[in-house]
Amino acid sequence: MRSYLDFEKPVAELEAKVEELRALASAGDGVTITDEVQRLETKAREALLALYANLTPWQKTLVARHPQRPHFADFAKGLFEDFTPLAGDRKFGEDEAIIGGFARFRGEAVCVLGHEKGSTTETRIRHNFGMARPEGYRKAARIMELADRFGIPLISLVDTAGAYPGIGAEERGQAEAIARSTDACLALGAPNVALVIGEGGSGGAIAIATANKVLMMEHAIYSVISPEGAASILWRDTAKAQDAATNMKITAQDLLKFGIIDAIVKEPPGGAHRDPEATIGAAGDAIADALSQLAGLDGPAVRKARRDKFLAIGRSL
Amino acid sequence: MNWISNVVRPKIRDFLARREVPENLWVKCPETGQMVFHKDLEANLYVIPASGYHMRMDAVKRLKATFDDGAYEEVALPEVATDPLKFRDERRYIDRLKDARTKTGYQDAVKVATGMLTELPVTIAVQDFGFMGGSLGMAAGEAVVKGLQTAAEKGTPFIMFAASGGARMQEGILSLMQMPRTTAAIQELRETKKPYIVVLTNPTTGGVTASYAMLGDIQIAEPGALIGFAGPRVIEQTIREKLPDGFQRAEYLHEHGMLDMVVHRHQMRDTLGRLCRMLMKAPALPPKGRLPRPEAA
Repeated sequence: MRSYLDFEKPVAELEAKVEELRALASAGDGVTITDEVQRLETKAREALLALYANLTPWQKTLVARHPQRPHFADFAKGLFEDFTPLAGDRKFGEDEAIIGGFARFRGEAVCVLGHEKGSTTETRIRHNFGMARPEGYRKAARIMELADRFGIPLISLVDTAGAYPGIGAEERGQAEAIARSTDACLALGAPNVALVIGEGGSGGAIAIATANKVLMMEHAIYSVISPEGAASILWRDTAKAQDAATNMKITAQDLLKFGIIDAIVKEPPGGAHRDPEATIGAAGDAIADALSQLAGLDGPAVRKARRDKFLAIGRSL
Repeated sequence: MNWISNVVRPKIRDFLARREVPENLWVKCPETGQMVFHKDLEANLYVIPASGYHMRMDAVKRLKATFDDGAYEEVALPEVATDPLKFRDERRYIDRLKDARTKTGYQDAVKVATGMLTELPVTIAVQDFGFMGGSLGMAAGEAVVKGLQTAAEKGTPFIMFAASGGARMQEGILSLMQMPRTTAAIQELRETKKPYIVVLTNPTTGGVTASYAMLGDIQIAEPGALIGFAGPRVIEQTIREKLPDGFQRAEYLHEHGMLDMVVHRHQMRDTLGRLCRMLMKAPALPPKGRLPRPEAA
């Protein structure tokens, strides 16, 4: 069952009509219906394309959070072989909001990190909706240190509303854990590529997204605070989330313009959730391309390139 | 305690010279409600004498109170793009920025200076909460980077007095990028093997805590300072529970292993100087007012 976003209503109506007519046709009612079905299908497809060609930043926010959008687990399954997740921060616990380990990507050994939001009630709770606690970031830092030691490239898949705000998380040093994880990204002596697959939420995202190449899916968002958060703080009204989304410039298209990201990965018509397989395929090609641009850099060179890249951000605006 | 009986050290008197006339000559202690005469408060480094409450401190006053004889040289900071997002909430960001500049006389939230501390050259950066909540935008991020790089170039320790409500949301993703940017500069300083000392002051939260303010080789905080990633209000709304007493205060963080020490403002200069001299392997200074230790026979 496809779930539609509010702004997809015109498309939803057309597609519902198509389904209805199909049902009639299968009941064996005349030839004229097939023409009508085709006409409506074309219309629905055109409406969808038109809609997705001009999504507002707020609509992109909804698409980026779409419940059927492919998550880390889907990407991991589609992109990697021999994926072997590792667990625990060796200090306090295991946090499944961030998954990480080693895998093969197109034959080569890679290190993999990513936020997993979960897709059912049970898995959402298990993965804490992709909102990591300090243990998640400390696990990420630990795995990055391994990648550094063994000189294995890192692929990060970013998809989080942000780090979890809770008493325990604060007591165990949420801020410090995020800072150390960003630090580990920058210290990594192997190339890294980050792809924002859904939501790139603030410090919780940057902790694993500080990479030589940063990519974004076409309808992903990446921001310093959620539109709702900005609305409640700056407008003192959560209903202004749409304004906040527009003003903060959170879309892949805007961030490419500001030089924050290096490339955009095109999504299938109607967004990643309409064709996860094609989405993941395109993501794989973009990651492979980014990694190939970094091939041949040794440890110090790759570190320096990353550092210089971030220090240059904003300097030529 | 009576304000007349308070001893005002002459050195501290110096920085009263450039002071504007405050609107209110008496300042109320936020904790006890005690009224303190503003000059006494200033002379006491903005610590309420009876309660020991540490009030916020202006960046210039902090620099003067930290360097030897209050003497320092300000480091020129790089210019940054103004309002690249053309941000507008209820007001235009550019107007808010202008207001903050007029109100404080500062260009942005972070000042950087070099000078001597316990006769040792140091680089110090101070984040001023009075400038848009000390928020971390491009200018502040660039200032912290500049401070770290100055320390690396000059081969001095870097001391960061942090105070911030977090990222400057009006600069969107560019403000978030200051987290990896400052971290990159910390790594540059680390490579020179010069110490990075962070002093967390009230309050330090958000993206600032989640980057350079928690990456010090030594982490110090002022008493009672609120320090955290998420603000207490956000946590309360998320978990719908009352927060424990003293939650996210300096003493609480110290107890939870997140800080090396909580240091009273009156001891801050001595503590920083002592640490810098040891980490820089400089000989100890002879203790003032005490006879030199007799030489071993």
